[in-house]
Amino acid sequence: MALERWFRRSRPTRSDDDPSPAGLWLKCEACSAQIYKKDLVAAAYLCPECGHHYRMPVEARIASLADEGSFERWSGRLGPADPLAFHDTEAYPDRMKRVQEKQGRPDAILTGAATLHDEPVALVVMDFFFAGGSMGSVVGEEIARAAERAADEDRSLVAITASGGARMQEGALSLMQLAKTTVALEGLAERRLPYVSVLTDPTTGGVTASFATLGDLIFAEPRALICFAGPRVIQQTIKQDLPEGFQRAEFLLKKGMLDDVVPRPRLKATLARSLRLLRGRAPVAADLAEEEVESTHAASV
Amino acid sequence: MPLPFERPIEDLEAKIRDMRSYAAEQRIDLDEEIRLLETRLERLKVQTFADLSRWERVQVARAPGRPTGLDYVHSLFGGFQELHGDRTLGDDPAVVTGLARFDGRTVVVVAQQKGRDTKENIHRNFGMSHPSGYRKAMRMFDLADRFGHPVVTLIDTPGAYPGIAAEEQGQAWVIAESIRRMSRLRVPAVSVVIGEGGSGGALAIGVANRVLILENATYSVISPESCAAILWRDAAEAPKAAEALKLTARDLAELDVVDRVIEEPIGGAHKDPAAAMRSVGAALREELAALASEDPEALRRARHDRFRRLGRYVELDAVA
Ligand SMILES: [Zn+2]
Repeated sequence: MALERWFRRSRPTRSDDDPSPAGLWLKCEACSAQIYKKDLVAAAYLCPECGHHYRMPVEARIASLADEGSFERWSGRLGPADPLAFHDTEAYPDRMKRVQEKQGRPDAILTGAATLHDEPVALVVMDFFFAGGSMGSVVGEEIARAAERAADEDRSLVAITASGGARMQEGALSLMQLAKTTVALEGLAERRLPYVSVLTDPTTGGVTASFATLGDLIFAEPRALICFAGPRVIQQTIKQDLPEGFQRAEFLLKKGMLDDVVPRPRLKATLARSLRLLRGRAPVAADLAEEEVESTHAASV
Repeated sequence: MPLPFERPIEDLEAKIRDMRSYAAEQRIDLDEEIRLLETRLERLKVQTFADLSRWERVQVARAPGRPTGLDYVHSLFGGFQELHGDRTLGDDPAVVTGLARFDGRTVVVVAQQKGRDTKENIHRNFGMSHPSGYRKAMRMFDLADRFGHPVVTLIDTPGAYPGIAAEEQGQAWVIAESIRRMSRLRVPAVSVVIGEGGSGGALAIGVANRVLILENATYSVISPESCAAILWRDAAEAPKAAEALKLTARDLAELDVVDRVIEEPIGGAHKDPAAAMRSVGAALREELAALASEDPEALRRARHDRFRRLGRYVELDAVA
């Protein structure tokens, strides 16, 4: 379980943290090639050698999707409360404060308006580097508000998910965010506005069991782990080895759970094209370009 | 097997029994002494159950002999017609669904079912559903909507089953879809957490207009054992995790997660199942009667709003 790994680790490791800041080189976790980190970042966090999809920081994700200069942030005015006065090895507010400083935002989500090849959308991007992207009251509320505002502003909704699941430190209130995010999508459905979710590595637990899998269309990134129960939990329960590729995007595509597995360089065009088709419009030339490796010429985030 | 904190109670009960049979054998009058002990017993029970730690309540919620979904179905509802199968994959015995009569109306029942003994527990998969179970529940929601009958769900599960087939068949997908379909119901829906409300697997059938919970039942985002394994790196710290998670009926009422706490007989529902079931019946009757006159769209809207509001956060502008 991704969240488990996040809470267990005492210092950042390569796979759980943004791979860009420290050091110049890294060894690719998929193909073992020595890669220059600047190249990784410039290639939208894809291994320049093998194309392995690294977890992507939220700002880079937005830059790779939103038309340049189009992103307008909505989230950021809500912060986590401590409804349970939760204390494990550390008090919940202290834990939050540390992560807030590291990630530079109040909780594990960024939402806002943007255009994708001129198609107006609301973007919801989860931050896995913030407490494992766990969903508590703030994440749930931001998603709900973004969905409702999208409906009001005649925008499609695009959610990029990455989460270890519900946030334990907010107890049953976290669980209730599954229902909250679900009901908040109703306005889009009523106005025939598309909602497309993109499941990225990892999308697990309560996030998978709510808004993430309620997209009119559901796409996923290559090799993304997508599950309800994590592989470790299942292994402990059934005490058997898990099949090769189990709970990965390609596996779930075969099982009929996804509309498609979309490599990152094609994601923006795929989204724009699908949204336009759903809304009864003809795709534009840019939507049909299959390869468009977005460099990180920063859209203003 | 009594729960650890029940031992003093059981000891005293045994003592009273012994004294009774001794009095009968010897034909002597010990009524006064027995009455005294009985008073002490009542006080002990009240005290014990008022002071239960959250972890102890978890034990009560899981206690053998606690009435299960089917016990409620058979004792509270008349003319129960069980309906099987999800029409796609099979029939999941961890969820029992069907039509029944209750208080002069037809209701659609969805009940999570643990076993009452080892054999049934294995058959019922300890109340842990596969996707098929949630598909069956959704079929019931559709049926209720189509015929305009209220939905009653009884929640009692450690969680949705974490297994290979369950994942392959889209456990997360069906839970999400079940939450959505239940939220869209245009008929009254009342849920009662009768034992364990285990995370998404419980919420999938818990998106009701009114969510009730028995006094010693629990409802949580994660089991205390799993939470302890993650945060304390040791499942044996489950008592600490249970405290931290605030998963008892009273906690949940304070968080607005549940609307009403149903009192259990002193000593817990497993000590007097009939009384527990009567209390649940009375509460259900009141709730369904109150919802009966609402129009379909208002019912959907109210349910939507109830869940839309849940959560606690801070407005940062206000703080700054
Ligand atoms: Zn590589």
